Amino acid sequence: MDSELYRENILDHYKHPRNRGAIAKPSASAHDSNPLCGDEITMSLVVKGGKISDIKFEGTACAICLSSASMLAEEVKGKSAEVARKVGKERVLSLLGIDPGPTRLKCALLPLKVFKLALYKHLGKKISEEDEKLV
Amino acid sequence: MDVRKIRGDFPVLSRKLNGKPLAYLDNAATTQKPRQVLDAVREYYENSNANPHRGAYSLVAESGEKYEAARRRVAAFINAKPEEIIFTKNATESLNLVATILCRQAKAGGTALLTQMEHHSNIVPWQINTHGNGLKVRYATIRSYGKLCNESVDEELARHPFVFSFTHVSNVLGAKNDAKKLCSLARKAGAYSCIDAAQSIPHMKVDVKDIGCDFLAFSGHKMLAPMGIGVLYMKKELQEKLPPFLGGGDMIKSVSFASSEWNSPPYKYEAGTPNVAGAVGLAAAIDYLEKIGMKKIAAHEAELAKICKEKLSEISGVRFFGPEESGGIVSFNIGGIHAHDLGQFADEAGVAIRTGHHCAQPLMGLLGVPATARASFYLYNTDDEVEILVAAMKVAEKKLG
Repeated sequence: MDSELYRENILDHYKHPRNRGAIAKPSASAHDSNPLCGDEITMSLVVKGGKISDIKFEGTACAICLSSASMLAEEVKGKSAEVARKVGKERVLSLLGIDPGPTRLKCALLPLKVFKLALYKHLGKKISEEDEKLV
Repeated sequence: MDVRKIRGDFPVLSRKLNGKPLAYLDNAATTQKPRQVLDAVREYYENSNANPHRGAYSLVAESGEKYEAARRRVAAFINAKPEEIIFTKNATESLNLVATILCRQAKAGGTALLTQMEHHSNIVPWQINTHGNGLKVRYATIRSYGKLCNESVDEELARHPFVFSFTHVSNVLGAKNDAKKLCSLARKAGAYSCIDAAQSIPHMKVDVKDIGCDFLAFSGHKMLAPMGIGVLYMKKELQEKLPPFLGGGDMIKSVSFASSEWNSPPYKYEAGTPNVAGAVGLAAAIDYLEKIGMKKIAAHEAELAKICKEKLSEISGVRFFGPEESGGIVSFNIGGIHAHDLGQFADEAGVAIRTGHHCAQPLMGLLGVPATARASFYLYNTDDEVEILVAAMKVAEKKLG
């Protein structure tokens, strides 16, 4: 049996997560969970001169969720806050390279939601309806 | 017990999922329905549908008689009197009913005693109904191997709670509590006893008179009946004494603009148009189960669970939750692999198992895991299905372990 979901790139990020850990003095951090499956993700970031200079994630979650967090952190690190703000679910799904299907979509997108919560906390903004469409 | 013949009665079991034959191993969540039940529901709507107890024409009488026949069938199944059977939506609604009426009567400072192995449906109704009125909720503790701690039960009952509400069989661990003994201890402590029997009634003979409980709740859908029909057994004298739950049609004797008088048991606790078809389906499900025999069903499930545990034990890092005797429930994890991933590999092999916290988050906290995978068996499952599950788990371990 060869799984559709657990492709090489996903397994690679799952087994060797990038940017996993904590940041001592983050600019902002956020936490959220999926009550249905028990995925839990915390993201912390440092913003310097308008750029995301560091980002780390922690949590207990399934392979899809952890891989998504690892890929997302890699994707936004070094980007300006304004550019990173526009990273949406299409981008996350294309990084993962799979269609997670209705039951796993929430796993795949939890890290993005937590990242946006942290970033918006730092920016002192409320998430608008338009922003929500991205998540 | 001819499992192949039984499987022929369940239309859904012949379908494919993800290109594979469906292996349905999530019976603690809900069960599949045999033709006999589906036919009974259809037959009711095709021939006898009317609003029971409302109007005086013949079809009303017929619908009412079907509803009452279903009540008598349920009563006989658990050795109760028909007027002690209250039809509800499910076990959750039954437990909400009990929590609401008991907390309304309780003296300030009183305690509702639960256990640490409860499903959310036997925790949250008590939290809601003890909020802001000086009442409290306390929990008898469990042992690390997943059994209720007898000393803790004694200590907690010595504080004289007004009710002891506990699960008969844990949906996460499969652990079975000695309901008769616990009810007797509750009675001696002056507490009402309430049993969440959602996971026991579908799998074993339960006799409410022998157990001696005041209340007992269960769902139809976990025992081959349709969703949306549940039962609360409640002693008749308690129904007469305690306040009503939901208000509306059928639960009243007379209504004036100033006040109302309640109907007699069990109608006092059945407000609004009832789920007659659901009740008829539940009676057909009981007929089906009893024809095969509850003992045979329990033995079949326990055998499958035993085989399942043995075969899963071949996988390195497998950890089981719950006591050795766990009925038809096998709750497990493999190494650090998240249960959701295990469920995904099972799904791709056509196997339906539950993954998650099983609506028992406080218990998962005690077990120290965010989630477990759970296979739960019923009369139509086979050892071939166990093999398919174990093979899928081996693939998961190879890929993610």
